[in-house]
Amino acid sequence: MQELLQQVVSGIATGGIFASLALALVLIYNAMGLVNFAQGEMAMLATFVALALIDHGMNYWIAFPVTLVIAFAGGIAIERVVIRPVERAPILTLVIVTLGLATLINGLAGFIFGYVPRAFPSPFPVQTVNILGALASYQDLGVIAVSAVVLLAIYLLLQHTTVGLTMRAAAHHPEASRLLGVRVSWMLALGWGLASAVGSVSGIMVAPILLLQPNMMQTIIIYAFAAAVLGGIESPIGAVVGGVIVGVTVNLAGVYLPFVGGDLQLAVALAIIVGVLVLKPNGLFGRPSVRRV
Amino acid sequence: MLTRIRNSPPRYWLVVVVILFFIGLPTVISSFQASEWAQVLVLAIAIMGLNILVGYSGQISLGHGAFMAIGAYTFAILIHRYRMNYLVAIPLAGLLTGGIGFLFGVPALRLSALYLALATFALAVVTPSLIKRPAELTGGVQGIILPPVDPPPAAGAAFTALTGTPMTSDQWIYYLTLAFALVLFWLAWNLVRHRAGRAMRAVRDGEVAAAASGVNIAGYKTLAFGISALYAGIAGALFGLAVGFVSPDTFPVSLSIQLLVGAVVGGLASIPGPLIGAIFAYFLPIESNQWVPAQTWIPSQIASTVEKAGPAVTYGVVLILIMIFAPNGVVGLVTAGYARLRRRLRGAADRENGQMPPDPQTV
Amino acid sequence: MTKTGSRIAAIAAFLVALAACGGSSTPTAQTDVGVTSNSILLGNTIAQSGPAAAYGTIANAENAYFTYINNTQGGVNGRKINFKVLDDGYNPANTVTLTKQLVEQDQVFAMFSGLGTQAQTAVRDYLNSKKVPQLFVATGATTFMLDYGKPSTADASIKWNYSIGWQPPYQGEARIYAKDILANHAGAKIGVLYQNDDYGQDYLKGLKDGLGSNASMIVDAESYDVTAASTVSQLVKLKASGADTLFLFTTPGFTIPALVTVTKLGWAPAIYLNSVSNPQVYMGIAAKNGAALKNVTSVGYIKDPTDPRWASDAGMQLYKTVIANCTTCNVNDGFNIYGAAVAWTMVDVLKQAGSNMTRANVVSIATSGLNETNNPFLLPGVVVKTTSSDHFPITQEQVITWNGTGWTLQGSLIDERGTIK
Repeated sequence: MQELLQQVVSGIATGGIFASLALALVLIYNAMGLVNFAQGEMAMLATFVALALIDHGMNYWIAFPVTLVIAFAGGIAIERVVIRPVERAPILTLVIVTLGLATLINGLAGFIFGYVPRAFPSPFPVQTVNILGALASYQDLGVIAVSAVVLLAIYLLLQHTTVGLTMRAAAHHPEASRLLGVRVSWMLALGWGLASAVGSVSGIMVAPILLLQPNMMQTIIIYAFAAAVLGGIESPIGAVVGGVIVGVTVNLAGVYLPFVGGDLQLAVALAIIVGVLVLKPNGLFGRPSVRRV
Repeated sequence: MLTRIRNSPPRYWLVVVVILFFIGLPTVISSFQASEWAQVLVLAIAIMGLNILVGYSGQISLGHGAFMAIGAYTFAILIHRYRMNYLVAIPLAGLLTGGIGFLFGVPALRLSALYLALATFALAVVTPSLIKRPAELTGGVQGIILPPVDPPPAAGAAFTALTGTPMTSDQWIYYLTLAFALVLFWLAWNLVRHRAGRAMRAVRDGEVAAAASGVNIAGYKTLAFGISALYAGIAGALFGLAVGFVSPDTFPVSLSIQLLVGAVVGGLASIPGPLIGAIFAYFLPIESNQWVPAQTWIPSQIASTVEKAGPAVTYGVVLILIMIFAPNGVVGLVTAGYARLRRRLRGAADRENGQMPPDPQTV
Repeated sequence: MTKTGSRIAAIAAFLVALAACGGSSTPTAQTDVGVTSNSILLGNTIAQSGPAAAYGTIANAENAYFTYINNTQGGVNGRKINFKVLDDGYNPANTVTLTKQLVEQDQVFAMFSGLGTQAQTAVRDYLNSKKVPQLFVATGATTFMLDYGKPSTADASIKWNYSIGWQPPYQGEARIYAKDILANHAGAKIGVLYQNDDYGQDYLKGLKDGLGSNASMIVDAESYDVTAASTVSQLVKLKASGADTLFLFTTPGFTIPALVTVTKLGWAPAIYLNSVSNPQVYMGIAAKNGAALKNVTSVGYIKDPTDPRWASDAGMQLYKTVIANCTTCNVNDGFNIYGAAVAWTMVDVLKQAGSNMTRANVVSIATSGLNETNNPFLLPGVVVKTTSSDHFPITQEQVITWNGTGWTLQGSLIDERGTIK
């Protein structure tokens, strides 16, 4: 019982990692109906930028917002240069472009920063708190708390600000929005900038836990896919809930399903993706969509 | 009007030249280079499979390396465990993979393009760890070593008569792969010209319209998955034969990306595209590492950057550039250029006759 | 180069090779493919991109040592060592192609220090059937020592007598831990976390074999895959199993988070850490990230460049001189001194071969005639040795314990020669 509880608590902590990246995926999806395969790699690159700033003597709490701004600008720049020329192309084209972007950024980071893992500072101590006998560290709780703050910010942005509403409108009804004078293309760029910034928060939060190196997000992105799909890919709250469920499921499946064991954690994520998509494509919090013809 | 949508007549002389080129190639290059070209042909077969799925039926797979893995392992297990003749094992591996692909196509029907991309990409990442699990069957992380194959006496004698040197195992594997590639390309060409191919393209270009005209959408989509996997399975078996070894790390996610690069660079929905794409996808990482740094005319700064940045950067740049500037790949560029040239040559005459220039979209 | 040009070149190379194989043209010195009067060409495949790219620096360090020898001693017996390194991205299929290229096109004399168990297994049959030496592969997989001379499992006509490893086998290291635990903590309850590949499995086997009849001391063994996001779940289970001693048979990327996780779980087991993960740089990262690092034991056989003990050591001075030849190498990276040390053995073998620079002779020295007591980069007393009946070059290691800032050598060298069968 004690172990089960600890597995659940630890799973929630790991789920926080998945959730934070899944939130960035959800933002892009809301902005343009696309899953960005390069989201994890962009987050990794932003984290390296943050580390470079800190290594040059910048205070952590200054480096953090500076990185956010750089990531935001970088996201917009990437959208303008790489996505804009193909923004009305079929989904296959867009997917291939983001996949190319992922490959490119990963190789570039390896080339620039090398592959030796690096320590990344964390604002939260690793001291633990006791929750009904299960232990959780402030660091893990911090990741979840920050994810919650980001979630709240995204929710307020999308639901209660003009910018957010315009962004969603531009994604769902580009033609109508254009007629109303919305600069649809810049809305996409804004979406990329915001997602990139949210991704960089994720990178900065998880780097102390995972170790910063170019391949840091390579498998995490799959777990984040699972989280986003499970939650319903357009729902920010779904991303967080999905992340936590994936984290806990992966932990429990590894321990209590002998045929899974510790080796097939990623396969559990794949099973979640396929299972949800086949059985309940809108996930837990997504709204059913009408198939456009 | 109808003649316009039809494929332009294949230039048979060009096909013959290409086939003769590939038949003659091993007599002028080294055995090692033949082994490289064998791998190019293996890739070409797998990319043709991907092309049938993506280019002709409009479905997405970012995980075709997984089907190659199934083919390669089926082949290796048939040989290693059941001591089957490798010439029998190759088509068997293809058929089994095709069957699995067909079954995979059923849940894929329910997925939108984006979700299918997501799921197949996840599959590609998981493949190596899935292979390790049934260690009894797959050899686990140790993999399976395959015995080298000797050229059959007749082929060896013919080759010696032609070149004066004995035929190596790699040269024989090259010819075997070439034979499979020729048959499979011929089959693909027939498929896309006839009923099934037209139906698949109709589904790709608009499911509702296709359904309205009586096309069995689900049937053709799953069929495309099956055929596509069959190609990947045979490619996987030939890959196992050429490498002589299968192991989990032989099928990383980068293999799936390599296939995608090849399909995109060559040009989707074209028959010569996969061959051109395979040449590109195979030699790009090798030559960016070896040929580029050896060139004196390339500034050493750029050369050493290309070398050190590794194939990932080059692949990424190429994928993005092709998608932006030449979404129909090399074949698309060539056809468009040719059509423009013809239009310009003929334009003057046509204007005199008061006719419109022909539609360039006769790919 | 035109097609015909390359064909002529290939035929010319073939004739040269034929002449070289004949070997009778030069009466005073015997040579082979890849050897000229003033050069020797060695080949290598290693991951310099992709998931295992962190290992890629080993080849650069090896090259730095060869450069040092070429510059200061004019090479070996007047022959400069040329070292051609190709990046296989840790994909065995690439290793096969690149190895064929090095052997057939670049005409290397021998393959040296190729990296990765799967990758080197993939080319072992090929290299042995061509009688090209596959020397000092960079893996501790036992098969490259134990199975020396045995017939290939795929084709019995191929004998594995041109291949040999170098570093201590993973199994031997695990046996040393078993000895240590039986001597010092006989009542321990052992939990094991291991990577589900040859590396982790070899360690686990060595530990079980070493414990022998006491193997029941292992109360739980949990595996993970390299695609795992974390090993938290396994560690929670190990803690719950009641283990008081934790073995980490994990690669650095997983070891460091695992050490932190143990602390986060409020667990304080005695920890045995495998040697791949013990370089001081990694311990530093773990400590920085919050790991308690109490009661940590490991083994070593190479001098640690970050250990102040060696500050004025002649071998360490030499290492620093050598590594200055490599601009991209981090002097503190344990992989680099590994590269220098194995390159030292390679040069030693070539020196011994002297004027008889044939593949057969070099292989014979490397696999059966090594007796190296003065490799300056290894811990004092570590011997690199092979005989006609023993093909495990390095079998001695010393137990080390973590003192908070560095490793402390404990006791004396422990030798596992002859125990792995």
